[in-house]
Amino acid sequence: MVQHANLTDPVVYNLWHVISAIDDLTPGVADETALLGEALCFVLTESGKPVVWKGTLKDRSGDNPDTRVRSQLGYGYIWAALGEPEFDIFEIPEYAESGRRNMNAISVGLHTSAPRVVENFLDMAHFPFVHTDLLGEEPHTEVAEYDVAYNPENCEIWATNCWFYQPKASAASDEGVMAEYKYRVPHPFCAVLYKTSPDDETRLDAIAVFVQPLDETHVRAHLMLSVIDHQNELDKHIRLFQQTILGQDKPILENQMPRRLPLDPRAETPIRADKVSIMYRRWLRELELQYGVIRQAA
Amino acid sequence: MTDTHLKWYPIAASDDLAPRHVFDAQLLGQEIAAWRADDGFANVWENRCLHRGVRLSIGINDGSELKCQYHGWRYSNRSANCTYIPAHPADAPARTVCNRKYTTREKYGLVWTAIESSGDVPPISLLDDTAHMPLRAMPMNASAALVEEMLKGASFKRDDNDRWSGLTAETDSSGAILFNGIATFNLVFFVQPVDSTRSVVRGVATGISDGDIDELRHLNACLSVLRRAIETRAAHQKRADPIAPVYTQVDAELATMPDRSDTGAVGHRVRVAHKTMTANDTARFELVGLGEELPTGQAGAHIDVHLPNGLIRQYSLTNGPTETDSYVIGVKREPGSTGGSQCLHDTVREGDILMVSAPRNNFPLRRDAVRSVFVAGGIGITPLLSMAKTIENQRLDYDLHYFVRDDDHVAFAEQIAALSGNVTLHKGLSVENTGKALRDIYQGPANANHTYICGPGPMLDAARTAAAECGWREDAVHFEYFKNTNEVDASSSFEIALARSGRTLQVNAGETVLDVLRTNGISIASCCSQGACGTCKVAVIEGDVDHQDVHLTDSEKRQNAFIMTCVSRAKSNRLVLDI
Repeated sequence: MVQHANLTDPVVYNLWHVISAIDDLTPGVADETALLGEALCFVLTESGKPVVWKGTLKDRSGDNPDTRVRSQLGYGYIWAALGEPEFDIFEIPEYAESGRRNMNAISVGLHTSAPRVVENFLDMAHFPFVHTDLLGEEPHTEVAEYDVAYNPENCEIWATNCWFYQPKASAASDEGVMAEYKYRVPHPFCAVLYKTSPDDETRLDAIAVFVQPLDETHVRAHLMLSVIDHQNELDKHIRLFQQTILGQDKPILENQMPRRLPLDPRAETPIRADKVSIMYRRWLRELELQYGVIRQAA
Repeated sequence: MTDTHLKWYPIAASDDLAPRHVFDAQLLGQEIAAWRADDGFANVWENRCLHRGVRLSIGINDGSELKCQYHGWRYSNRSANCTYIPAHPADAPARTVCNRKYTTREKYGLVWTAIESSGDVPPISLLDDTAHMPLRAMPMNASAALVEEMLKGASFKRDDNDRWSGLTAETDSSGAILFNGIATFNLVFFVQPVDSTRSVVRGVATGISDGDIDELRHLNACLSVLRRAIETRAAHQKRADPIAPVYTQVDAELATMPDRSDTGAVGHRVRVAHKTMTANDTARFELVGLGEELPTGQAGAHIDVHLPNGLIRQYSLTNGPTETDSYVIGVKREPGSTGGSQCLHDTVREGDILMVSAPRNNFPLRRDAVRSVFVAGGIGITPLLSMAKTIENQRLDYDLHYFVRDDDHVAFAEQIAALSGNVTLHKGLSVENTGKALRDIYQGPANANHTYICGPGPMLDAARTAAAECGWREDAVHFEYFKNTNEVDASSSFEIALARSGRTLQVNAGETVLDVLRTNGISIASCCSQGACGTCKVAVIEGDVDHQDVHLTDSEKRQNAFIMTCVSRAKSNRLVLDI
């Protein structure tokens, strides 16, 4: 891995990124990963504090003031920033609500760029074809008109009033429903969706994807759940549903060419159902983001 | 562009394009999806869906269309036109949504293509006029130049007396490597440059059959030895950078979200390949393109036919998704013909050249219905036949009801008999019994059921009434009138404001909105000029429309969102149009 983002893309270099789920760690045991082309080591101390430094476990350089990078915990994950973040990690207020089950559903490696994963997460039209009989089924394929807006105050994209027919919208549902979705993009490589909860009509399940860019075309996608679910006794069953979904997305994402997201409007063909992805691409262009995207056609 | 881009290369054996399979190939860094339709045609396309870049090689070949795995977009055999976008089932996709395709030939048992085609596959005299057999493709991790160089020094000799001992290599002008043997035993090799460091050797042998297992094993063993030698040498060479694939840009008009289908103004010259009578008053015309591929029409689409007498008439296509090499229309001789059907029946002959428009679709077929009910009266069968074939191809449920006078008036009987859905013929019914039959058809509407009606005005009105009385939602009832039989009242005068250009124009009594727009240099596609086809539809931002067309449904008319500019007018003093 040779692409060092600090030289090419100050935008992503100065953002917080997830590097590991806390559930996956044993306190006191160091592990290694990568972020934006740099090798990182990390450990959760016995007292529950994260420490992250540049390097590999093999080179034994260890944690020292020269190699240490910023880190903090959030939503069940260790977050790290290689540069100097201007903003703190975005808010997901639902995470703190009582009666919700919060968990990391899966962290999965994908051979594609971070923005391709975000865009797939924002897409409803693929449900009948990729998540057949779970999130959609033919012939119910229509994506009705929905609303998209960019909020310049908190720099977030919101897609609202999204409705889609779902045969089995979550692990807790057993019949077809018209499910309502809201999508939110608070970070170039993270997105949150809110959808009708089958167990509580007054509240929405929150599902977030935090994409960790290992390099420009390799990522780990971490799926965070904050759901209302009284039916599944074990978290395992809730996780399994989401793991199936991501397992179905993986071969599609890894066959998307080019792997980096093209921002040139003439690179691909949008339709009305892609309104939110059009907004997302425009936002990335305006942010002057470089990492994991193709800014101009060759 | 380089010389290699102009050159023809084999990218697959013809047998690799097995039925209902999508073959994944690569040439000069470009990824290719190759697939054979059930009619035998070999499609060689860029391996990438235009929509979101997913490889088409993981898509589904249903025999007539290639369906992308990601969002179910369907691309037609031959033309590579997108025929259906499931996310918007009520819209006809823009005709210009077309995947990049490469020119293709099948020759010597191989599938050939060129990045930028010119001319034809160079002939190899050793292979012409003799039975030949393609050998197993041999992929090699080495540049094409190195493979070619070492292939020329290959030996296929087993012992001094075998048929391969006398072979020596020569190169012909096309770059093929020929081993000209004794009598009819020859070997010809082509090197397919996959990328800068990968190649595939594709051999063709003559004088050998697939029964000669021993000989084939021998050739395979020789090539395997050669591969080891080539790859060993390649490993010692400096590795070239891979050739970066070029992703061509989509048309500028596709880069923005298309709201409406293309106007289809482009003309195509066609030859009348067949003209036959398909019912006692109806002729079937099969029109084939002259040296160009015809754009694929979607189910429900029609074409404008420019007649020798100067008239332009619209006819629905009857083509199903498997019929992409011609346009087939049905023309009923109208007793009161003003020269359109009469001219086609009496004057136009097989072999004649006509001008037609690209297909336009104002009667799009949703493919998200649990059940589709098609109701045809007389010649109204033509668009519904196309729809029934499409729905059948996608294995969805449908009923087709065909109202005719008697057996002699059944058009396209053979094609209708070939359908495997529920087809019911209603013959010689009185007005009263037609109404009864229609009410039976529309009894018990259900969720996600859609009906499509085409036929003479009174029958169409009766069908719409029956559907409404039986409780069908208006947006589930789709129809297409042949003509507008209402008297058009053009006595009003009013103002139109054009929101995008900020202009205001006056429409006087006797003029149409369309005339005024055109007079002022604004180009609007139109077709039937009587408010039936829907081509000249324009969005209305403000104002009360005096709807005089038969294209919009009653609730669409109440919404006042669109106007058919060829006949409809304003009730208010002013209309603001979205143009």
